[in-house]
Amino acid sequence: MKENDTQDLLDLASELRWEVGENFHDTLVEGIYADAAQIAQKTEIKQGEPNPYSFERKLDQVLTSKKYGFPIMILILSIILWLTIQGANYPSGLLARFFLEFLHPILKTGASQVGLPWWLDGFLIDGVYLALGWVISVMLPPMAIFFPMFTLLEDFGYLPRVAFNLDSLFKKSGAHGKQALTMSMGWGCNAAGVVATRIIDSPRERLIAIITNNFSLCNGRWPTQILIATIFIGALVPDSFSSILASIAVIGVALLGVGFTFLSSWMLSKTLLKGEVSTFALELPPYRPPNLWTTLYTSLIDRTLIVLWRAMVFAAPAGAVIWLISNIYVSDLSLANITIDWMDGFGLFFGLNGVILLAYVVAIPANEIVIPTILMLTVAHLNLMGAGDGVMFELESATETAALLHAGGWTLLTGINLMLFSLLHNPCSTTIYTIYQETKSWKWTVFASIMPVILGFLVTFLVTQIWQVFH
Amino acid sequence: MTELEACDSCALNNSAQLLKLGINVDHADYVIALAGNPNTGKSTVFNALTGLKQHTGNWPGKTVTRAEGGYRYKDKKMKLIDLPGTYSLLSTSQDEEIARNFILFGKPDVTIIVVDAARIERNLNLVLQILEITDRAVLCLNLMDEALRHHIDIDERTLGKELGIPVIKCSAIKKQGIPELISTVHQVATRQIICKPHRIKGLSKPAQKMVDKLDKKIRKNYPGQPNSRWIAMRLLDADADVIKALKNGDFDQALT
Repeated sequence: MKENDTQDLLDLASELRWEVGENFHDTLVEGIYADAAQIAQKTEIKQGEPNPYSFERKLDQVLTSKKYGFPIMILILSIILWLTIQGANYPSGLLARFFLEFLHPILKTGASQVGLPWWLDGFLIDGVYLALGWVISVMLPPMAIFFPMFTLLEDFGYLPRVAFNLDSLFKKSGAHGKQALTMSMGWGCNAAGVVATRIIDSPRERLIAIITNNFSLCNGRWPTQILIATIFIGALVPDSFSSILASIAVIGVALLGVGFTFLSSWMLSKTLLKGEVSTFALELPPYRPPNLWTTLYTSLIDRTLIVLWRAMVFAAPAGAVIWLISNIYVSDLSLANITIDWMDGFGLFFGLNGVILLAYVVAIPANEIVIPTILMLTVAHLNLMGAGDGVMFELESATETAALLHAGGWTLLTGINLMLFSLLHNPCSTTIYTIYQETKSWKWTVFASIMPVILGFLVTFLVTQIWQVFH
Repeated sequence: MTELEACDSCALNNSAQLLKLGINVDHADYVIALAGNPNTGKSTVFNALTGLKQHTGNWPGKTVTRAEGGYRYKDKKMKLIDLPGTYSLLSTSQDEEIARNFILFGKPDVTIIVVDAARIERNLNLVLQILEITDRAVLCLNLMDEALRHHIDIDERTLGKELGIPVIKCSAIKKQGIPELISTVHQVATRQIICKPHRIKGLSKPAQKMVDKLDKKIRKNYPGQPNSRWIAMRLLDADADVIKALKNGDFDQALT
């Protein structure tokens, strides 16, 4: 078609637009609604019960009530975490025994029979293989319990109610109410949460949601939180109460994350990302009885195994790096030891230590491997297995992990600060990459990566100062 | 001979536009779009049709990006595109734009509109808008089991007559109604069923007159444009995207 024809058409359109006035949009929408109502009336057959969704309305009144909404939310989260902590212990021990105690010596013997040189044997079996074995035994059981339960809640329709409860708080923080949904997605995976922010239309509010998503504890960090809480906080009380106290501590950290989400959203909307809050209608979808088998299948395949696979892909090279830095010596000390000693002073200032800091550097690719890395580095640092090894200690249970960490000079303060630092540090490399993909801005990617680390050091420093006043 | 027939309606006809939208139609005979309100079980229908296991959540806005899959029926390869769930096609949010542009410029051979049988009135708002854009659609009345549990039934024959498109009752999660859906989609794709879609009637008289006037002009400029009336309504609403598309000549190519 010719250009002037198009121009003709557009001219006619704008001419008519003047005639029809500003309200054409409303006329159109009203027309559509009228047609829809008429057709629905002709075709809908309602039988019996006049109020078909009465039970759901009652359920909503409780789950989203001002009085019970929050307590129920916290209670449900607590039950899920408690079941995860309780249930994961035994299978984790079993897997660790299989991979580390049973299979590892067999591999070692096999390697020496084949005649592998000591460095290749160490690099592959003590580095890569042990890291993989560790990741599987530490991560698989809690994920296999946590994800199906979380997915069941999601399929039942509870998460939009959580969003509804949190909506007004987000608005007060100057953010979009839908951020409650992307935040909940972040509890599964931050990269997924960042992608999910596409449901927010305003670029300003979407950026806030992207930057603050990292404050949602992701599945890579839940196991860290659970393990450290069990070792350091659960151990404060008699055995029968320890898993309850540990669950409470983990929930405390998760809620602290929510608090930081609000705080940083509010600060961003007051400073760098000023603007109006847009309104929207949050629809509460109907409750649906989840399809149990489908849910189990999708949560095991889509979430558990994919996350585990990702963790393994990142853990293997990390294991190799750890083995290398533990076995490359400069004069009398291994590279790992030199770095740890060098970072120790800085770490202690924040109630952490050199091992933790080095572990976070090594574990930038994935949060999942922080704990295994810390344990490996602690063993290497203490030289528990003699020179030339520098591999992970074979730990069967939380008790043995505790013994090792205590030997490494860990205190309750170190545990608490590790939990805080695990909440407040840079996003994993996948999330950083996703943030860049979504924002296409290096500036915001760098900001979203560095801001949490600064906050993390600030918070752990403050906690350490307060701790020292009382001790 | 069959090849000639296939080329009349097959996806390759519009492959340049589809390629622009990021859809590779190299090995597909027909392109099928899946549209609907959020949370109507679109992803479940998608999985039931393709056998893929895209995660479905009870969660509005689950499908933020476009998912693709395919299936075969009677030797025809169907390419299925799962569009983001939207309440309307009139605003400019990202998900509505993706869905709208796909139906408008991608010109799928069939658009399956998935609706929640228990919430028919609200869902119809989107259906009516889609029917202004395309005249090849099938209504999938999903979540029938849930609706019946809540004592709501739908007279699908009357609904089909009112909308002018085939209506299939489904419960995708139980795989009920999926075979019927597949064969109906095939019939619409191969033009064994010709739809006579409902046109929005509820406009005020003066507004109606403006639409007709503009519609006439558009049809003169673009003979054979199936959604000229819808373009007219968008122009009267000063839709920047449609104006831009006119200037770029996106509607010209849609004709060849």
